[in-house]
Amino acid sequence: MRKSRWILGIATTSMMLAFAAFPTIQKPVSAGPPSAEVKIDNFSFTPQAITVKTGTQITWTNGDDIPHTVVSDDQSFKSKVLDTDEKFVFTAVKPGTYSYFCSIHPKMTGKLVVE
Amino acid sequence: MSHQKDSNNFLPDHNHDGIDRRGFLKCMAWAGTGALCVLEGGVLKSYALNDPSGLKKAAKGDFSFVQISDSHMGFNKAANPDVAETLKVAIQKINALPAAPEFILHTGDITHLSKPAEFDTVDQILKSAPTKDLFFVPGEHDVLEDNGQQYLERYGKSTKGAGWYSFDHKGAHFIALVNVMNLKSGGMGSLGAEQLDWLKNDVSHLSKSAPVVVFAHMPLWSIYPEWGWGTDDSAQALSYLKRFGSVTVLNGHIHQTMQKVEGNITFHTATSTAFPQPHPGAAASPGPMKVPAEQLRALLGVTDVNYVRKHHSLALIDSTLE
Repeated sequence: MRKSRWILGIATTSMMLAFAAFPTIQKPVSAGPPSAEVKIDNFSFTPQAITVKTGTQITWTNGDDIPHTVVSDDQSFKSKVLDTDEKFVFTAVKPGTYSYFCSIHPKMTGKLVVE
Repeated sequence: MSHQKDSNNFLPDHNHDGIDRRGFLKCMAWAGTGALCVLEGGVLKSYALNDPSGLKKAAKGDFSFVQISDSHMGFNKAANPDVAETLKVAIQKINALPAAPEFILHTGDITHLSKPAEFDTVDQILKSAPTKDLFFVPGEHDVLEDNGQQYLERYGKSTKGAGWYSFDHKGAHFIALVNVMNLKSGGMGSLGAEQLDWLKNDVSHLSKSAPVVVFAHMPLWSIYPEWGWGTDDSAQALSYLKRFGSVTVLNGHIHQTMQKVEGNITFHTATSTAFPQPHPGAAASPGPMKVPAEQLRALLGVTDVNYVRKHHSLALIDSTLE
């Protein structure tokens, strides 16, 4: 029990470090890759356009009561159906501009730029 | 309906119901008031449900059928934590009709997440319906993950393509269209070239006097493109139906009753049996509308359709679950 708490403490500290590193994503710390967040609320992606460095881990979280997907137009990334509060994580490896949309509600579109 | 109007049955009645040819009629079951809609020879008239003369008129007919829609089995959020119960109430409502409908159309979003157990629950509840003749089209929620394979295995065995088909019933021609597949970024519903070709061919042999009923999940008219409430290539489909004297289009998807008459075509969307959605543009998004529990059933419902062969007419009655 005591050991698991200690591990939990380390994990929490690592997460905090990762979080602290968030604004300067080009300087990843050993705690993990740089990360970015996109919220799905009210049938829209926020931010609608996001620019990240190669290697960034992007997490989309569905805050709606209705399922959504995250699918790039060129199919280079494609989530499963995300029900409420479910997440999709994609690590941007290849530089480029990726337009993406929700394949269930195609009026929902977003843009990911990987530098 | 007067003889004069019968002889001029492509034009809506401008004198009595205020429907403009290009106009947009909202014939709402919004606060549980309900509306009765009578289509006769391509002319639509609407009455409040509490108008006895209108109800009397709609009660006559050679046959009737019921449209239900958007049961979203599996949805369990605040807007309606028990969608199985409200579907059961809808079926009870159908069972309580004075004359049993000859069949039931379900205009899609049978399930919320395309899960086998969700389809199973709907099938089980529909066993209580007064008819075993059920016709389906898929909604976008029924074809998640597997490109509609499960839907086709369950409901589409004798259909074409992604599940489209047609059938004739007592002189009326029914066409089931699928507009929820292969949706394109930034677009709305989509029928696709293959289905459009099939439709053109399907109606080519019909007499122009045949009443045609088209049903599909997403609206085949642009209700609110900002929310994707329309179908990108619906104009092409409707062009094949222009020569017919009476065309009725039944859709779901928007979880509220709306009607529009354009030339010979009457468009109608049905309420959901699961949860209401806001009026176009009335909220930040088309997501489920949370209403106080005691108001919910006033916003859910079924559509009873009466067909009068002599006049080639359809009467639509939207009733709520209250």
